[in-house]
Amino acid sequence: MSQLSSADTTTETPAEEATEVEIDERRQAVLDELTARLGDAVVGSHIRPGDDLWVRVERAAWPEAAQVAKALGYTWFDFLSGIDWLPSPFGRDMDAQVDLQVSGAPVKEPAPLVQGYAGGDTRFQVFARLYSIAAGMGIHFKADLPDDELSIGTWSRTYFGADWHERETAEMFGFHFEGHPHLVKLYLPADFQGFPLRKDFPLLARRVRPWPGIVDVEPMPGGDESEGEGE
Amino acid sequence: MTATSDREQIAALAARANDNRVNLDFETEGMTLNMGPQHPATHGTLRIVARLDGEQVISAEPVPGYMHRGYEKLVEVRSYPQINTLVNRIDWLGSFANEVPFILAAEKLMGVEAPPRAQWIRTILFEMSRIANISLFLGDYGLQLGAMTAGFYAFRDREHVLNQIEAATGGRFHPNFDRIGGLKDDLPKGWITDSHRAMDKLLAFCDELDDLLVGNEIFQSRTRGIGVIPRDIALSYGLSGANLRASGVDWDLRRDSCPPGLVYDQADWKVWTHPDGDCFGRTWVRLQETREAALIVKQLLDTIPSGPVMAKVPRIIKVPEGEAYVETENPLGAMGYYIISKGDLVPFRVKIRSASFNNISVVPWVARGAYVPDLISILGSLYFILGDIDR
Repeated sequence: MSQLSSADTTTETPAEEATEVEIDERRQAVLDELTARLGDAVVGSHIRPGDDLWVRVERAAWPEAAQVAKALGYTWFDFLSGIDWLPSPFGRDMDAQVDLQVSGAPVKEPAPLVQGYAGGDTRFQVFARLYSIAAGMGIHFKADLPDDELSIGTWSRTYFGADWHERETAEMFGFHFEGHPHLVKLYLPADFQGFPLRKDFPLLARRVRPWPGIVDVEPMPGGDESEGEGE
Repeated sequence: MTATSDREQIAALAARANDNRVNLDFETEGMTLNMGPQHPATHGTLRIVARLDGEQVISAEPVPGYMHRGYEKLVEVRSYPQINTLVNRIDWLGSFANEVPFILAAEKLMGVEAPPRAQWIRTILFEMSRIANISLFLGDYGLQLGAMTAGFYAFRDREHVLNQIEAATGGRFHPNFDRIGGLKDDLPKGWITDSHRAMDKLLAFCDELDDLLVGNEIFQSRTRGIGVIPRDIALSYGLSGANLRASGVDWDLRRDSCPPGLVYDQADWKVWTHPDGDCFGRTWVRLQETREAALIVKQLLDTIPSGPVMAKVPRIIKVPEGEAYVETENPLGAMGYYIISKGDLVPFRVKIRSASFNNISVVPWVARGAYVPDLISILGSLYFILGDIDR
């Protein structure tokens, strides 16, 4: 029995590896092509084999990256948004801060600021995704924005769909998109103060109101703790 | 003065002369028409500011945000099972379909795969939400263009699907049924037979509507050649779903890059496209998709494997550190969730890519030069759900 199962795995494993390596090569080829065209502007990359590709470019080369990607067949615009990598000063708890203070929970030290895939040096990043229908693959682009100059070139000339996405990102994070034709608020009222998706913008409802989740915690029906904790 | 600026100046003068002539001929002057926030043709609270010259639209600017709920902020203080309840409310007519890409993205980060039976039921419920969503479009679009009957038929036959969704999940509109690693429950007794019957009724409804609405001469004259979106414009705006396929782009995420966890490859079905890119094309593609979805459901109902509906996952769900993006073909178009996790109970950041947001951003482009009654045709045919724009 054990012999049979080991024989199974030996026949299966090479086939799986072969497909994975093949898909990986396709994304590597795209990355090489982007690096060849953009030169030193590509400052970071990450490939998850068979899944996705992340490319981080210099801020100055952001509009050019869109043009190059479009020339490579990545014609479908997916989305554009921002990331604030600052660990939230309010913690990442589900419980309201007011509850924690009452119960005397210790003040948590914020985690260190760590950027995600394809690296980064700054608190704020712009990220976007383009897709090639012919290749069936997408690319995630990222670019760093220094704190003292939260400004980057617009994509709305290359991809019309980026227009609204940039307006949303501008009002939510406080970025400026140079050359955008109409960078006014999209969702928020025109006189709204602050940038809601920044991590240091408090979610007031969670700060001041006791969260019912902490009160009516009841045991899950059926089974004891050890049953559900399996790997 | 250089030659280019000369030419520009002449063009500007000619354009102004043209405007003046129109104004002189009809004695009209520019007018701003506010459609909405509450207007029957806007499915909720979307406001459209249209500048008109007589009956012709010079510019139309959608003003969203009357229902912005800030989901991307709210999810940062909620655990993954709690977020599942929130995302149900994005596209409220196809709620189950909203849950699936979010759960799949979390599963991808955790390295969990749902058991086959759960994958089958997921796909079936996904397609049922598509039918529930699009059949409302087919009825409502007729209603907007003056065909009252189609609306009643659609609401009558949509009930069959909603009943099946309710029987399986307990919720007609917000099932909250998908879980990381599988589903909340197995199917109730007799559900498969009932679903077969419901799908038969749906197929009959599609044929009925084909004759009643899509084949109708008045309907065709209101929609054919109206609101044409060429292929490259559609791609550049990031249109998706039937809006993109009606512009001749043969692309469906269900067929072309189906994420693991859905079993579309187990059914024999077809992706429909239309070459025209007009309002009629979009309606026609949606009608075919409803029919195709019913056929997918019928095939998958016959092949549901036995076994558990839930994989072994920890009771308290902590998603490992990493980033993942999963996009699926939802009733309104491509919908994706970009999850950044730091290994906590709550995600660090979630970017919600909803289909209607991109679909409706094309309105300023496509409405320019249209007539006011055609604006209704165009808005209706792009088919948006307000929750899917505002999130």
